[in-house]
Amino acid sequence: MPRLVSHPDEVKLVSKRFGMGAADIDRYIELGGYESARKCLAQGPEWIIEEMKSSSLRGRGGAGFPTGLKWSFVPKQSAKPKYVLVNGDESEPGTCKDHLIFLHDPHAVIEGTIIAGLAIGARTGFIYLRGEYRYLLQIMEKAVADAYRKGFLGNGIFGSDTEFQIITQSGAGAYEVGEESALMESLEGKRGVPRIKPPFPAVVGLYGGPTVINNAETIATVPHVIAMGGAAFAAIGSPRNGGTRLFGLSGHVERPGVYELPMGYNLKKMIYEVGGGIRGGRALKAVVPGGSSTPVLLPEEIENLGMDFDQVGKAGSMLGSGGVVVIDDQTCIVEFALRTISFYQHESCGWCIPCREGTDWLKKSLTRFHAGYGVAKDIDNIQYLAENMMGRTFCPLGDAAAMPTIGFVKKFRKEFEDHLNGKRCPFAKHVELAVV
Amino acid sequence: MSSETMSLFSPQLAERFDRLVEKYPVRRSALVPMLLYAQDEIGYLSEAVIGEVAERIGITELDVRNVASYYSMLRFKPAGKYNVQVCTNISCMLRGAYEVYERFQEELNIGHKGITKDGLFSLEEVECIGACCWAPAIQVNYEFHDELTPDHVTPILETYRGRQRREGTAH
Repeated sequence: MPRLVSHPDEVKLVSKRFGMGAADIDRYIELGGYESARKCLAQGPEWIIEEMKSSSLRGRGGAGFPTGLKWSFVPKQSAKPKYVLVNGDESEPGTCKDHLIFLHDPHAVIEGTIIAGLAIGARTGFIYLRGEYRYLLQIMEKAVADAYRKGFLGNGIFGSDTEFQIITQSGAGAYEVGEESALMESLEGKRGVPRIKPPFPAVVGLYGGPTVINNAETIATVPHVIAMGGAAFAAIGSPRNGGTRLFGLSGHVERPGVYELPMGYNLKKMIYEVGGGIRGGRALKAVVPGGSSTPVLLPEEIENLGMDFDQVGKAGSMLGSGGVVVIDDQTCIVEFALRTISFYQHESCGWCIPCREGTDWLKKSLTRFHAGYGVAKDIDNIQYLAENMMGRTFCPLGDAAAMPTIGFVKKFRKEFEDHLNGKRCPFAKHVELAVV
Repeated sequence: MSSETMSLFSPQLAERFDRLVEKYPVRRSALVPMLLYAQDEIGYLSEAVIGEVAERIGITELDVRNVASYYSMLRFKPAGKYNVQVCTNISCMLRGAYEVYERFQEELNIGHKGITKDGLFSLEEVECIGACCWAPAIQVNYEFHDELTPDHVTPILETYRGRQRREGTAH
């Protein structure tokens, strides 16, 4: 069972019902649940979208697109049915926040989905969970069935004449399906390869209908935005970055865990105070701030770094999924880079050549390099290869593989050079890293 | 296909599939979960499974195979009754996942995608399973075990051996 953690600096909104038995619908209602959905039903779509816009809530999947704005792009009139699609294909390495939401607060996901549906005029919502999350899917399925029994879902929700249905769906193992258009393909029973954009999902999405796709954390945040009001939610965070975020601290920290902190929270403080510092009293070597696809940061770069989309972007990385991976001074960065690229090589769907071939060549080069058979030219070649993948694929997986690789080479060039001329890596336990 | 006609699947699963294909705006949306649920019961996607799923959805077997080959959890060969999946991705690696993986290899005497002679266990090195803050973590079939050290390996395997003994059936 995933361990829950807490720290005095936390501002608990999305996590406030964690560990309180809120998977039970009556308990959820007792704790104020479904009040936001009722309020939205009374207020109507324009009011909802205005509240969402004023909240400055930005997509928690990684891209950080303003949620209210995304919802406003869906055409009011549509010949085809509109859909809400909740992305619970959580698979960015370093990220396990949705795991806790599905486990502890499944009704918040349902309530957020209903609200999104009311906002865009959809009658059906899909909640898609990665296949590995079977026990969480069962929790979600029970929660959906309970919501139907209470009349919160169905042909006339909360005693109104508004219809809203929710369908849960299981994936079967694919990182790429976390990309929004690949997710729609998978839900249509196909291989999870991305679609070319435009048209964007808000216009042509699932089954060809206008579709809003939001990350599970974004959707679970929505009822809280409605409950406290958009402006109050925005005030918790930093400018243009409303509210809180479930940050996943993992790697070499004393107290790893999922902590809910205000947007803009200082990264150094997060590691040293919230996370209890580096395990075993070692020194910090580097930190991956937002899941494995985000470029690595050095200790001197995190001194005054506030964790929001804009500040981390300005520092040359990304806030991404909020998965903070902490790396101590006894870690080999070449090995870490190799394990990172091995993942993207494994998960590349093969649709776009720069990603399919690029990830494979990067993995081959880094494998050889880490084993001590690299030559000086390889370092530049790795960077050149990665730079030429950027922006040349249908979906961001190619960038997700290239960006961290460029970061590792640029910031740890010396460590790459130390692997040259058959020298053994001083830290690595696995000379030839086993890869999947 | 109605559940009364010849089906590979148990009556419960066949009935579930009858409902599943009607649940979505298009039948084909049932494909991915259906393959996973079929695999859970049969053990892998055999020719016969692919044939029946294709017929239930109303697409070709080639189409089913094309989709199935994309998803890493779907397999065309049997695995052990308990499939041990060790995550070695970055967060788990930093906290000793390879040591845990090596201990499983030693204890089971098999490598990546290997199956023990008695068919009870198989082993896989897998990508991130979404338990990064409780690393290193593994899944045995769908059950998570987290915050592991190599010393947890034997007790975990014993748990499943015990389950097998209680079921009292040879695999």
